[in-house]
Parts: sequence; structure tokens; C-alpha cells
Amino acid sequence: MPGDLILQRLRDRFGAAILQTHDHRGDHTAEVARPALLDVLRTCRDEPDLACDVLMDLTAVDYLAYAGGDDGPRFEVVYHLYSLRHNHRVRIKTRVEEDDAIVPSAVGLWPIADWLEREVWDMFGIRFEGHPDLRRLLMYEEFVGHPLRKDYPINRRQPLIGPPH
Amino acid sequence: MGVGAFFTSKLDEAIGWARKYSIFQYPFVTACCGMEYMATACSHYDVDRFGAGLPRFSPRQADVLFVVGTISHKMAPVLKRIYDQMTEPKWVVAFGVCTCTGGFYDNYATVQGIDTIIPVDVYIPGCPPRPESVLDGLMKLQDRIAAQTQRY
Repeated sequence: MPGDLILQRLRDRFGAAILQTHDHRGDHTAEVARPALLDVLRTCRDEPDLACDVLMDLTAVDYLAYAGGDDGPRFEVVYHLYSLRHNHRVRIKTRVEEDDAIVPSAVGLWPIADWLEREVWDMFGIRFEGHPDLRRLLMYEEFVGHPLRKDYPINRRQPLIGPPH
Repeated sequence: MGVGAFFTSKLDEAIGWARKYSIFQYPFVTACCGMEYMATACSHYDVDRFGAGLPRFSPRQADVLFVVGTISHKMAPVLKRIYDQMTEPKWVVAFGVCTCTGGFYDNYATVQGIDTIIPVDVYIPGCPPRPESVLDGLMKLQDRIAAQTQRY
């Protein structure tokens, strides 16, 4: 299914919950309001015409220092979906505020979201509601802060950790 | 100088001379410097000429810890444990700028010099160091070993 038809399908189905859609050089993206996020993802996975059975990537963006990025919520969580059956892709995004950085977990839809969401929590400090085990993935437990946030000082020294017990 | 003092000073020299030509190293290789370490260890440059040809893959059997490559904060406790497992006398070589100072990895993940974790005897700078500078560092380590006063 061509990308513009995918976006059309999502707009028809969810109406105002699809905040905007765009197509940049063949990459089709839909920005979704957070309450509808899981429904949109589930539709992308289960609808036979869409059948996005692979969550290729789940990541986040911090728009703190982005030119023109101060007019919306600070963080954006991005889902890259792919359909093996139809060989098409679609990106789903949702924006969250810094003081309310919680997104519903997609672990129930794609098990791979488990580690991807742990990585996003580790690097950006965005929580995933309903995640079974939201621990840091790359950094260690004693690490203070979330290093891919734009306001994390690049030369901050972390406390050294002792030998494992 | 009494006879006993003369005897122990000469014994120190003899032990130092023996030790500096039987360096059993433990290569703690984490990154790209490892390639240069291998080049130095193989026959073109041949660390065996300096009696350091036999790496031991257990820290309990090693004299010199070669820390070769970037050490992340998450790796730091493992390095400390490896060092603690080595028996005395033991020496540490920091191989490459990442182990010396963190190098250009001035970031959240990298230890800014392994001397913040364990004591270091010889620093070999370079990214990666040429085999010649590794051999130079090895000879400096040999001088240090030979000159070391023994505690009995």
C-alpha cells in the first residue's frame, strides 16, 4: 500500500487524533495525540492492508535546542513500522511534555519494544506506562541523569562504580 | 655498608634483572588499540625479544596488566576486579590515549583515564600508538622493574 494511502487510512479512522501527517522524500509520517497512540499502533499492526508486523525502531528526539522546537512539547517518541507482507513503512510520532514524559508501552504489541523502550528511558528519561521491567539498558544503575537529553552537560563526570558483587 | 646490606642490594638487582625479562602480560583488550597490540606482539616487532612474548589469559598468572583500549564506566568495575586478582608484584601499562586520559571520548560513558581506577606504571600515548612506542614503553617498564626495591 502506498504511503499516502496509509496516512489517508489513519486520518479517516482516527480523525482529530492524527495531529498532522507529512511525506518527506517518500517517508510517510503521522503525528498522533498521545491518548490515541496505542490504538493507532494496534491498527497499523492488525489491519490486513497495513499489517505492520515489525517494529523496526523506537526512539526519541529532544527538541530543547532545536531551532523552532520551543513552540511544542519537548520530547517526541518515534515508532518506525514495517510490513513484511506488503513491504511498506510508516512512521508514527507522538510529542510529550518534559514534566509529563510518559507514553503507553508498546510491549504488548511488539515484544522487541521491551529493550527499545528501556533504551529510550535510559537515554531520554521518558517513561513507558505498562512496561514490565523499565530499567536502564545501556548505562548502569548508579548513573545520574539521562545523557542524550540536550541539557545534559557533555563533560559531566559520573561517580565511579565499584567492583560487582 | 654491612655485608647484609650489600647482599640484599645485589639480590634486588638480580631479581629485578630476572623479572624484567620474564614479563607475563594480561592483555585487557577492549578496542581498536588491540590491532596495534597484535602487530607489536607478532613477529614483525616481536615483543618476545623483550621476554614479554607469552600472554597469560588468566590475571592470576600475569605480572603486567596491559589495558588496551577505551574503558567505559560500565567496564571499570571489571577492570578493577581483574587488577585485584593479579598477584604481587604487578605492574600496569596504559596503552593508547583512551586509557591514559579518555582521549577524545570526553563523554558520559568513558572513564577519563584508567589511573582514576587503578595505579598505572607506564603510559603509552598514541591513537593508536605505533609499535615502536609500545616497545619504548615496554623498555621503560623494564627499567622500572629492574630498579624496583623488593620487599621481603
